Parts: sequence; structure tokens; C-alpha cells
Amino acid sequence: MNQTNDNLALHAAGLTKVYGSGHTEVVAVRDVSIEVHRGEIVALLGPSGAGKSTLLTLLGLIRPPNTGQITIDGTLVFDNHQAKVNVRRFRRQKFGFVFQKANLIPFLTAAENIRLAMEIDDQPARASRKRAMELLEYLGVAERADNLPSMLSGGEQQRVAVARALANHPSLILADEPTAALDSVRGRQVMELFRKVAHEQNAGVIVVTHDHRALDIFDRTLEMEDGALRPHRSA
Amino acid sequence: MNLATKDIGHNLARFSLTTVGIGLLLMVVMGMGGIYRGLVKEATLIVDRVGADIWIVQKDTRGPFAEMSRIPRDLEDRTLPVPGVETSFGFVSYTVQRSYKGKPLRLTLQGLDWPLDRGLWLPIAAGRGLGQAHYEMVVDKTSGLQVGDKLKLGKDIYTVVGLTKGMTSPSGDAMVFMALTDAQAVQFDMSPESIRIERTARVNRLFNIDLGQTQPQLSERAGGLSSGIPALGTSMISAVLVKVKPGYDVDAVAKQIGSWPEVSVYTEDGQKQLLLNGFVDRSRRQLGLFKALLLIISTVIMALILYTLTLDKVHDIAMLKLIGARTSVILGLIMQQAILLGVIGYCIAYILGQWIFPYFPRQVVLVSYDLYLLAIIVLVISILSSLLGIWRAMRADPSEILS
Repeated sequence: MNQTNDNLALHAAGLTKVYGSGHTEVVAVRDVSIEVHRGEIVALLGPSGAGKSTLLTLLGLIRPPNTGQITIDGTLVFDNHQAKVNVRRFRRQKFGFVFQKANLIPFLTAAENIRLAMEIDDQPARASRKRAMELLEYLGVAERADNLPSMLSGGEQQRVAVARALANHPSLILADEPTAALDSVRGRQVMELFRKVAHEQNAGVIVVTHDHRALDIFDRTLEMEDGALRPHRSA
Repeated sequence: MNLATKDIGHNLARFSLTTVGIGLLLMVVMGMGGIYRGLVKEATLIVDRVGADIWIVQKDTRGPFAEMSRIPRDLEDRTLPVPGVETSFGFVSYTVQRSYKGKPLRLTLQGLDWPLDRGLWLPIAAGRGLGQAHYEMVVDKTSGLQVGDKLKLGKDIYTVVGLTKGMTSPSGDAMVFMALTDAQAVQFDMSPESIRIERTARVNRLFNIDLGQTQPQLSERAGGLSSGIPALGTSMISAVLVKVKPGYDVDAVAKQIGSWPEVSVYTEDGQKQLLLNGFVDRSRRQLGLFKALLLIISTVIMALILYTLTLDKVHDIAMLKLIGARTSVILGLIMQQAILLGVIGYCIAYILGQWIFPYFPRQVVLVSYDLYLLAIIVLVISILSSLLGIWRAMRADPSEILS
């Protein structure tokens, strides 16, 4: 894949996150640097407690790092623990999130869950309705547009969650074990969907996963251990 | 897209039951205010309706409603020559309790100075007003009596010739209007045995003094009718009511009559204040405290309900924060639900109140001022009650989604 700095969705350098202090101090993320380009899909592996989720909270601007810089789409967002932009606005405009559970708002239909992501960013209702239907069609769940999440299967819910993540044309999609609740066939389908999204929607995608069977889908695989990041050593 | 209404739609049954509960509470609050207004209306009703400018009562009393008053009826004639007095007429008011068709019947009798006062000011809802000097009465509907019913009061039987609506005494009893002489006959009614005992006692008292010894023929007069003995005073009434001629200062006329040593005088407003500052004032404070307590209870219940509704949504709120929703979106979700809860509860209270309050034994009067004030209070407590939920929502951590 031909990649340039202009195409960089994420640039994080020297990220460290420490919880507690003194003898209770835990270094959850240790001097992590990572780059993800638009259109690239990266797998993040590692055992439980390795710091994957903490790294995701840093990259997703949910928590500030103790040290290090995070640059999204060429904009410096965090310089050490100092936020340089309105973090919440940045999250809704530049990020898409997908999790193990779909986390759809239970009192909104599939289409409304997608529209919500756009309408909280002040996008006109008509445009958000149109884009929600386009995304549902793109992800193959258009016929479920008016169903509440409780009426959807796990796979359908996850597709709607992916559609919501794509709603605002994000630069970066962060997915935390999105296939953990699905069987292997549906899990692979969702992973392939992320690849399709990364390539067709030109978004950088980081997927935290334990599923080694689907690693062939990713452009790159990274591994975390004891808070540090290193290239994955294939078995 | 309105998240508050979407959430309500999703939890419609729970929200509906909650609003009905709040509505019932607010209806009681509304009713408390209405009962107070009803007390004021009932207390001042007769003073308003009679329309007298000056009330003359027994010296140093607050009669005839706040306490008993007795003045001689001839005071009526003595007021007429006073400059500025247009008319004056006697007035009797007292309460009786009788049994009618096996049920207790409390009535406040008002004696009208027939033919000067024929009760033309009465709000007749059925039948007619008083048409003769004796044995007729006009009663309020709340007594349960009907036109044509007959009731024995004292030694005589009185026929109901008309019904009024909303004419109740300060204590909530139905008012009865009859000729003043009839009202006195009922008030001073004595059994034949009591009359005989009184006549015998008079004769005995006569012979205990020198007059009986020197003029024994007086015993025949002493043992006869009371009206035949000049030494006994004229009949007593509760008050004399005065109407002042146009162009005369009511306060000046009242001051002049008030200078007489045997009476106390009140203007119409003074009489109303006597009523309001007496038993109504204590009721007002009592009802006011109940209202305040109920509003506090409503606020606590609403706060708990909204807090519970918010607790159910903490995960969703964390998700909203994660995808970048502004704080105003989350505040709006909770506060709009709180306001909807209050507004719908208020509407339920008003509608149910309109339906139920007329069946209350005493008047419940809803006035616009009270309704507007309660609406504002409900709005304020709705906002206050949402604070607990908002506090919890603000503590929702977006990283909860990752765990």
C-alpha cells in the first residue's frame, strides 16, 4: 500500500499512561508510538491486561495521556495531558467507535441510532436521514432501518454499530473486540466488513482482537505486552 | 430527533403511571388551594351578597358571624334619622341541626327583614324567592332539600319555595333564608312546659317584691304573654344592617353610629376582615403548610423517579458522551423529561380536579392566579427534581463502554 504523511489518520508518539502513584503505581501504557494511515486496517493483539483497552481510551481521546502527543488528521490533539482542541467535538467529527457489544441506544431504531451520530454534530435532519439509509444499505441491513435494537440479531446490531461509526465520515475507526460476541463465521464477516470500510471509506481502522484466525484480513498486526507495543510475531 | 420523547415512547407505561401519580399529588395540592379559596368565598359570601354598607352589632363583639351578637330590634328605627342612612333592616343568623329523613341536617338560618328585605339578591337556582311573611324558606342546594319539601322548625312547618346555589355559611353549612320574625320564632322557641315554668317564676318573683304585695292584680299580666309586659325588652336580633345614601361617606356614617355606647360598627370590608382574620386565617395557614409539604413530597418523588430513569440510561449516556454528544444534549434529555413529567402531571391534576372537586362537600374554588402560580411552582420543582439525575448523568464515564 502506497502511504504518505498527508494520508496519516493517526500519529501518536511516546504515549504513556500511569494509574495510581507510589507503590500502587501501574504503568498501563509505556512509551507507545503508532501511526495509522487512512484506508489502512490494523489489528492490535495482546493478552488481557496488556494495555490494549487503555491505549484505545488514549487514541480515542477518552482519557488524556500522561506524556506523549496524539495527532489526528494532521491536528495535534493532545500534547502530554494538555488537550489542544475541543476533545468531544473532535471525537464526534473524526472518530467512529465499535465495541464488543453494539451499544446501540435501545429506544432508537437502527436508522435513528445512525442519525443520532450526525444530528449531535448539527447535520440537517434530511441529510442525516439520507446518509443513514445509504449506510444501512451499504452494510446490508436497510430492511431493518425501522427496527429497535432489541429486534435485531447480534450480527445485525454490530452492522448498525459500524454504520453509526461511519456516519460522520471518520478519519479513524476504533474497534474493541467487535467480534467477541459473534460466532466464527459472523465474526469473519464483520472483520471483512471493517476491511471493506477502511478501503472504500478511506478511514484508518484499529481493531483490538483476540481472534487470530482472521489476521489475514489486516494490513498490519501489532501486539501489546505489559503496556508496550511491538510488531506481531506470527506463530 | 428528540431523545426525551423517544425514551418516553420506549418506556410509555412506566412514564404514564408516573405522570398519573404526580398528577394525583398535584391535584391534591391544587385542591388545597381551592379549599382555601372556597373557605374565603364561603366566609365572605353572605357579606358580599347582602351588600350592606354598615353592620351594627352588640358592643365589643365581632358578630354576627365570628361570634354571637344580640342587639334590640328597635335599633333599626334609631339608625334611620342618622344623616346618610338610606335604609336599615334587622338581620338574624344562627345555626341549627335537625334530623331530616333520618340524616343530620345542619342549616344556618338567616332572617330577612320582610318586607324591607325580600331576598331579591339571592341567587335562585330553582323555584322562587320568599313570597309571604311567614312559613316559607329558600334553602341552598347543598342541604339536599328540594322545592316543595316541608321542614318543622320550632313549632311551625316551613315549605321550601326556592333553592340557591353556592350559598353556604363560613362553616360550610347550607344557608336558609326566611322572614326575620320566623327566624326569631325558631331561635327563641321554647316548649310549652318551659313557657309555663317561666310564667310561674315571673309571678313568684313579683310576689317576692313589694310591687306584688301592693298591686296583686299585676300577677295576671306577669303570668301571661311576654309581649304583654312592657318591662321586658323588645325581641333581640343579631345585627342591624345599614345602607348609606349615595354621596355620603360610609366611614363617616359608621363613625357616627359607632359613637353610640351600646353598639360596635363595622363597614362591609371590616366585617369581611373579621371573618377572614378569624377562623379562615388559621385554616389558610394549615392548608398552606399541607400544600408546602405536598410540593416537597412531589419534588422528592419526581427527583427519585427521574434519578431512576437516568440510572437506567447511564450506559446510553456514557455512549452518547463517547460519540461526542454535547453536555446540552444530555441535559436536555433529562430536563425535558422532568418538565414533561411536571407539565403532563399538572394537566392531569387540572382535568381530574375539574371533574372531582364539584363532588367535594365544601366548595373548592380554582382561581386563575392560584393555577398560574402552581404552574410556575411545578415548572421550578420539575427543574429542581432533574438535578439529581443530571448529577448522575454528568458522572457517567465514556470509558465505561470499553469495560
